[in-house]
Amino acid sequence: MEQASLNAKKLKVRYFDIDENPSEHYLNAEKGLKSWLLTVDHKRIGLMYLASVILFFFVGGVLAVVLRTELFTPTENLMNADTYNRIFTLHGAIMVFLFIIPSIPAALGNFLLPMMLGAKDVAFPRLNLASFYIYSVGAIFALISLAVNPIDTGWTFYTPYSIQTGSAVILITLGVFIMGFSSILTGMNFIVTIHKLRAPGLTWGKLPLFIWAMYATSIIQVLATPVLAITLGLLIMERFLGIGIFDPALGGDPVLYQHFFWFYSHPAVYIMIVPAFGVISEVISTFSRKTIFGYWAIAMSSLAIAFIGSLVWGHHMFVSGQSELSTVVFSFLTFFVGIPTGIKIFNWLATMYKGSIDMKTPMLYAMIFLFLFTIGGVTGIMLGAISVNVHLHDTYYVVAHFHYVMMGGTVMAFLAGIHFWWPKMTGKMYSEFWGRIAAVIIFIGFNVTFLPQFIMGSQGMPRRYFNYIEQFQSMHQLSTIGSYLLGIGFLIIGAYLLHSLFRGEKASSNPFGSRTLDWMTSSPPAHHNFNYTPVVYNGPYDFHKPIADFTIGIAGSDEHHGHGETVKADKAEA
Amino acid sequence: MEYLTNFFLPSAESTYATQVDALFHFINIVSLILLVGITFAIVYFSIKYRRKSQEDTTPVITHNTTLEVTWTVIPLILILIVFGWGFKDFVEMRTPPGDAYEVHVTAYSFGWDFEYPNGVVSANTLYVPEQTPIRLLMRARENDVLHSFFVPQFRLKQDLIPNRVTTAWFEAKRTGEFVYFCTEYCGAGHSIMNGLVKVLSQEDFDAWLEEEAGRDLDALPLAELGRITFTSAGCAGCHSLDGSSRVGPTFQGLYMAERQFTDGTSRIADEEYLLESIIYPQRQINVGYPNNMPTFYGDTLSERELAGLVEFIKELQ
Repeated sequence: MEQASLNAKKLKVRYFDIDENPSEHYLNAEKGLKSWLLTVDHKRIGLMYLASVILFFFVGGVLAVVLRTELFTPTENLMNADTYNRIFTLHGAIMVFLFIIPSIPAALGNFLLPMMLGAKDVAFPRLNLASFYIYSVGAIFALISLAVNPIDTGWTFYTPYSIQTGSAVILITLGVFIMGFSSILTGMNFIVTIHKLRAPGLTWGKLPLFIWAMYATSIIQVLATPVLAITLGLLIMERFLGIGIFDPALGGDPVLYQHFFWFYSHPAVYIMIVPAFGVISEVISTFSRKTIFGYWAIAMSSLAIAFIGSLVWGHHMFVSGQSELSTVVFSFLTFFVGIPTGIKIFNWLATMYKGSIDMKTPMLYAMIFLFLFTIGGVTGIMLGAISVNVHLHDTYYVVAHFHYVMMGGTVMAFLAGIHFWWPKMTGKMYSEFWGRIAAVIIFIGFNVTFLPQFIMGSQGMPRRYFNYIEQFQSMHQLSTIGSYLLGIGFLIIGAYLLHSLFRGEKASSNPFGSRTLDWMTSSPPAHHNFNYTPVVYNGPYDFHKPIADFTIGIAGSDEHHGHGETVKADKAEA
Repeated sequence: MEYLTNFFLPSAESTYATQVDALFHFINIVSLILLVGITFAIVYFSIKYRRKSQEDTTPVITHNTTLEVTWTVIPLILILIVFGWGFKDFVEMRTPPGDAYEVHVTAYSFGWDFEYPNGVVSANTLYVPEQTPIRLLMRARENDVLHSFFVPQFRLKQDLIPNRVTTAWFEAKRTGEFVYFCTEYCGAGHSIMNGLVKVLSQEDFDAWLEEEAGRDLDALPLAELGRITFTSAGCAGCHSLDGSSRVGPTFQGLYMAERQFTDGTSRIADEEYLLESIIYPQRQINVGYPNNMPTFYGDTLSERELAGLVEFIKELQ
């Protein structure tokens, strides 16, 4: 910190004012479809990702409601088993690969990361656009596979079923394979950006925790995704050429496939949840108006989770036929993910202590996150215990557990983030009243949907079942009703956000009083984020200092942007 | 308490089930305490420290090493307990007593064969004597896919893999019927690939085994042989006898009915058609059903069994 201030002092700086009524911003700086399709602006790319992931969340959500409706009765009522299997596979594959993996990192991350760093853009803007197009090409492959012959293997593509089935396995795995490169490139881009493009004075110890979370996520993306690519490549070769690596009929080993698959897909769970941790840190500190408690504990626990999370994949395979020794080692390691996760939850709670808590919609979602994610976490400990896992593996207990983590965790944090940064992204305010109503409906709907699944799971209800024995019917019906409630909640969100987009009240530059750099620019932000080069003197959560102390920039750095008129006064030399 | 236990878990019917349950309850109780504490803190803080004015200021509390250590060490102790406990019971769940009675299990899409030491094979129902350790030697049929054998009341689960042998063991505490499921997704018939474990007294079990071993299938009338084959060959996995539609068409009223095929043709289901569609199921696919019936029945069933199946279907009018 000393060093940073010293370095910064060599710069000539002054206070800047933020334009509360920007006539020109990133949304209207360039016009026309071409200006979107060929943009290298990280904010526009972020919005395009946002639109894509919301579209796929909608599709995946509709599929979920269809599944739940089929499960209202123990036997067939809407579709046959074959169709059901395709739909649950698509629900899983779309939600995992097309929605949740790119959700926070690619959509919010792209929009926010350069702004939080005080940069004009990511390190490689063209590569950034390329990664969006790679994602799109992958998505198109996935969509074509739906049109041709929807896959019915489950999103895990387990061999030998995925080698034998008649559905379009190659097309969708090729799609996922391609999307993986998008994920790798985004990760690379973010790592370089964080290392090289921080504003003057923005030391590692002053990075917003969202940046630390994105940093940990990017490392996993870069290191783990290539293994998925290799696995899917081998699967495609197995189906196409019969090379005999996974197919037992050719001397291959299906358990090897599971190792390969989970070697990526377990760390992928942390690609999904760690960015959510970042969002929660920002939201809780802002709406508690309080310095984050345990900055380094939260920042380092993200890296710890990324590291330990790469060593626990075998806990998906306790009854798969892997050796007992492996099972014991993987169980032991698995529990250690619980420690940094617990540390985060306690630090967030401590941040709220003696805060000034404003229960706005993003904070409501952050609290819902804390509650639901805690349940997701402790049921993870349950599943890590080997003897209990033998009973619970591949039952609805597991289904409930990962929905509490992925939906109760990541999706709630995503909703918190969307509401939190909505004014910044669009320049409009959403309806606080409807925001809270929808949050409460979603909270109730979520628990009605997934709590019964814990119970029927521990009672022995296997997952991926089209028919079930009558004993489980009441729990299934409760769960189905909950899913309708959830659906209604999401429709309300869609409605008031659309309303806000067209008729929303104008947002100020910093409606929630945050202290990070992303708020130290107009809403919506200028074409190049800031009209000056920001200089950072204070921590990202120094709520005890006036906001003006956070809008310091290099004197004269605004001139070449041609926005000199937005600077009203030369307040002082810092 | 017992009501609560039964609400969360099926009755514990194997020797090690009670131990597994004890850990399940321990984790639940500790988790509940944690969850209640966290929830209380969230609610209490958000009421007590709610924003009173826009000018609110808050104290600068950056960290507290004692607290950080506390909430690292206590969970650390807890997870080590949970790991050790789960490990201890797992060792027992994976170590069958040396004198265990062995049953060979073969799973296929979509059914199960259980073969006993004297050569008797039971289809889709596992018969075992009570209070005897049973060791299962399990595999999925060659060229088939993964399956998993799950008996909730025994807390028993193990995947089955083609060309590999996996094992599991249990000892049933009392006689009764306990449902088992397939828990590794295996296709259209996955959710109907379940059945019963029938636990008999030692005398009843011996009597059953003897009766099965002494049964002379060659002396049975064809239709009767067909009825047995219908179960033992696994036809029941996909075809119903009551008119309901499962993975494949029902057998009720099938004989002499007109069948529509996916290539637009149709045919009367006479004896020749029935036999042909058992041996060459992929030649003509019924409209509305997937093309996924195994093609090995021509090899695995005897001439008499095939003829028996046809006669059996003819009787189902």
